[in-house]
Amino acid sequence: MMWFFLVSDALTFSGLLVAYGYTRHTTQAAWPIGEETFDSLPFLGHGYPLMYVALMTFILIVSSVTMVLAVEAGHRMDKKGVMKWMIATIIGGFFFLGSQAWEWSHFIHGSHFGSVEILSGEHTGSRAIVKGHFGELESFTVVQAGKHHKVGDVIKETPDELFHHFRTAVMNGQVKDGKITLHDGSVATWKRHHDEHMELIVKTDGTEHSLAKVTKIHGKDAEAKYWESVNSGKKGAIIYGADLQSNEYGPSQYGQFFFFITGFHGFHVFSGVMINILIFLGVSRGTYHKRGHYEMVEKTGLYWHFVDLVWVFVFTFFYLV
Amino acid sequence: MERDDIIEYSLDAHHSEEQGKKIRRKIWLVTAILTAITAIEVVVGMYFGRSLTSGMVWQSIKWGYVALTLVKAGYIVLVFMHLGDERKVLKYVILIPYFIFIVYLIFIGLTEANAVHSAWETYGG
Repeated sequence: MMWFFLVSDALTFSGLLVAYGYTRHTTQAAWPIGEETFDSLPFLGHGYPLMYVALMTFILIVSSVTMVLAVEAGHRMDKKGVMKWMIATIIGGFFFLGSQAWEWSHFIHGSHFGSVEILSGEHTGSRAIVKGHFGELESFTVVQAGKHHKVGDVIKETPDELFHHFRTAVMNGQVKDGKITLHDGSVATWKRHHDEHMELIVKTDGTEHSLAKVTKIHGKDAEAKYWESVNSGKKGAIIYGADLQSNEYGPSQYGQFFFFITGFHGFHVFSGVMINILIFLGVSRGTYHKRGHYEMVEKTGLYWHFVDLVWVFVFTFFYLV
Repeated sequence: MERDDIIEYSLDAHHSEEQGKKIRRKIWLVTAILTAITAIEVVVGMYFGRSLTSGMVWQSIKWGYVALTLVKAGYIVLVFMHLGDERKVLKYVILIPYFIFIVYLIFIGLTEANAVHSAWETYGG
């Protein structure tokens, strides 16, 4: 019966991936590139294309191996062996889920630059993703009093906290002409380090037509265009991270498919871990040993390998090609 | 009714310590192959990815990825999921739907998508 369930579930995933391919081929904007979108590692920052997904893939492969070793131990009626390998599998499953949580959080929060709508020049109306190193914020200086701050107050917090205020203000269209309106209503100027190696990669053309080729804007020109949009006070000129409406990486459907397909797969992994825990409890109580065979371990093993199998395809079509 | 599946299951559900050794060696070999393929995919993605190559080179890399994915999938299904050791009928019941429906779905989905793409390009959104 497990095989019949897996056949139908595999058809579901096939349908989802084909729908993804369909959308990707119809859309006019340039589709995000895996190694550009996913290039971060926890604690180490940017510049490690695909390393993190590779790690996730490896974790899932290893947990699939430990599962098949549990099944093999079951064939020898080796209860201790089954327990050992099942615990390893469960730990691998939790590691994968934790990795995915980190990746989602990273995807949702996005980069320091976000993506930018270009407001002047030959690319007016086009949207570009931004690469480079964002100059850290140092402080805000209040120039117009609000509920909590007086004129002349200097707000010093960690760069991350300052950036959090900055990001919120930009998203709400409250940054204009070098001044930021803080959430208590006070208006401030900011002091920050210089950006480095900024590069705009134009991905979506201002017209309805698809891009003939991807254009890149470097250096001073890129900085001027980027900060013009930040300082425009136009809501949505800068998009940070991703939600179901829009995302900084590319067309909105990209984010929607990302959440749905990796989310649906993650849900399968979660169910798999729960089932593995139940079966592990059964093994440790000797239920299957008394029965004379470990067929239940073999069945959950099938499901667990299937989850790995789906990830192999998601990995290829979402991250590699 | 007598359940023949239970009897049949218990017939090949057990193996000796010696057979186990052989099976474990096969498992670790497949692990090494799957890991190596993933490593190759990632290294190629880092140095010859879509952002760095184009045209024919990228086309061949892309199809290379698809081929490697199918190899990985084959190993997982046939060895880890033991489909290779199942009876012929079950094997085909499981595999044939994909050869008929999914290959067709991929073909029709992508053909249609490209047609829609060029229609939008020609006549505007």
